[in-house]
Amino acid sequence: MTANASIAVRSLSKWYGSWRALRDVSLDIDGGTCTVLCGPSGSGKSTLLRCLNGLEEWQEGDVAIGGVAVGYKARELRRLRRDVGMVFQSFNLFPHLSVLDNVTLAPRIVRRRVRRETEEHAMQLLERVGVAQHAAKLPSALSGGQQQRVAIARALAMRPSVLLFDEPTSALDPESVKEVLDVMIDLARSGTTMVVVTHEMGFARRVAGRVVFMDKGSIVETGEPGEFFDCPCTDRAKAFLGNITRN
Amino acid sequence: MAHSSVSGTSSPLVPTTAVRRLLATVVANPFGTAVCLGLAYLAWTLGLRIVDWAFVNATWVASDRAGCNPDGACWAFIVNRLPQFAFGFYPEAERWRAWIVLIAPPLLLLLAMAPEFPGRRKVLVGGFCLYPVASFILLSGGVLGLAPVPSEKWGGLLLTMVVGIGAFVFSFPVAILLALGRTSKLPAIRLIATGFIEFWRGMPLIAILFMSVIMLPLFLPPGVEFPRLTLAMTGITLYSAAYLAEVARGGLQSVGRGQSEAANALGFGFWAMQGYIIMPQALRAVLPGIVNSAISLLKDTTYVMVVGLFDLLNIVTAALSDPAWLGLATEGYVFVGLVFWSLCFGLSQVSARMERDSERAQLRAPNGGRKAS
Repeated sequence: MTANASIAVRSLSKWYGSWRALRDVSLDIDGGTCTVLCGPSGSGKSTLLRCLNGLEEWQEGDVAIGGVAVGYKARELRRLRRDVGMVFQSFNLFPHLSVLDNVTLAPRIVRRRVRRETEEHAMQLLERVGVAQHAAKLPSALSGGQQQRVAIARALAMRPSVLLFDEPTSALDPESVKEVLDVMIDLARSGTTMVVVTHEMGFARRVAGRVVFMDKGSIVETGEPGEFFDCPCTDRAKAFLGNITRN
Repeated sequence: MAHSSVSGTSSPLVPTTAVRRLLATVVANPFGTAVCLGLAYLAWTLGLRIVDWAFVNATWVASDRAGCNPDGACWAFIVNRLPQFAFGFYPEAERWRAWIVLIAPPLLLLLAMAPEFPGRRKVLVGGFCLYPVASFILLSGGVLGLAPVPSEKWGGLLLTMVVGIGAFVFSFPVAILLALGRTSKLPAIRLIATGFIEFWRGMPLIAILFMSVIMLPLFLPPGVEFPRLTLAMTGITLYSAAYLAEVARGGLQSVGRGQSEAANALGFGFWAMQGYIIMPQALRAVLPGIVNSAISLLKDTTYVMVVGLFDLLNIVTAALSDPAWLGLATEGYVFVGLVFWSLCFGLSQVSARMERDSERAQLRAPNGGRKAS
């Protein structure tokens, strides 16, 4: 797969039982850009993100990353997921492994790289996200912001062509939020394809190429951050922006 | 203590602080004091009698019952028959093989208590996993120039060790597969695993042993014959697997969904995910339950007597009817009890040590990284 893959979503629909989580969503994301998904809770933004690497199954429509369809066949899905990094709201680090092993495990086991090579790469990445001095510790010894930065390093260790972020700063205290956002801004500026579900409008303004606003399972409005924040076209987006800026 | 007299304010007759505190407790709590004194008296009289019986009046060397002091324990019975209790009817010329098999588990347990060194865990896990197969080969012989010894001749503590550890080690992978099956998303696999677990867990072990020795051969093709030991061990293994599977399932359920999502998102396949991420956490979480199962399995091996195998308990029971040593049931059963107790105590010590180790690993530098960034 190419270094920074593009993403294509075609009329995606998903139901949880009788409740429709996604309604006919179509979206194209260019390689090397940063896209922010926002919207009220329950709007389907996380579900859409999780469809992109097949963590959620959907009923209608297609998703392709770098021209490769995201399917249900386990082997193909595994191959695709190697190239699609994901960062979770609750970090999901492996608590029984040291920070270094958290980062090296997947390259070693999934990509079958030798330990020395993965450890060198891991130390570079930990250096880049600013937690290299904690490499030998267990994740539980780190603060939330540090853990999330380790999680970003873990995703980067697979040399992914797309990075997905699922509310990466929602579980963090304000001080940690900035640490994590700084790392993400650095990544976005280096031209990684990123899809970010977040309520951090400052982040969206600074580095997002595009903001996608969702509500009730549909994409309501998309635009460049400047346009979207300053004069949203739809009433729904206006109300949403009004709510989050008031808080 | 010197300081009370040196201080000058108190007379030399004032009791030391410790005694004073004790007196204060006695005065404040008369009922507790009475209970305490009563228990102490009971312990003293009982303890004296036990010590008298077991040590003071005991006979350690004698050629038969008549040579023993009737007021004390006749340990000579145990001493005379110790080789038989240890090895059963294993031929004397080949005893060195039995010695190795008998000594290896306690040595491994000691190693588990030893201070940490690189590779300790690998030696331990490898040792216990290899033990059943290695001891089977070593004991039965017929290869590597070892004289063959049929399994009917194995007995005593040797048999208890081989059956107990063997059944536990073999049941472990079966249990993990059953636990995974029981939590599987596929209904057919879930049904099979659940059915298997419920079946073996719901049957008394004695019934399983009878069935495995009497019924299992009926299903084997004619001409194929397994020794009774193998058949009985198959039964115990499946029985133990059903129990262990439920323990392992508890561990699996304690690992959060986020872990498998993170593993999936990194491209791990099912088995790699279980092996590197889920199982290590799940098994660590239920370590006390696993050791509990191991201890109860070790004691359950005594049921093999119902199919005519001479484990430690059964061989001691058989020896009790020796005309030269009649009426020594107490000595015999106390001995069996002490041997089993030591083995189980060793196991629980190892488990406590492992729990302490993993706790310490979790606590290592808990706040070390908070400030730096």
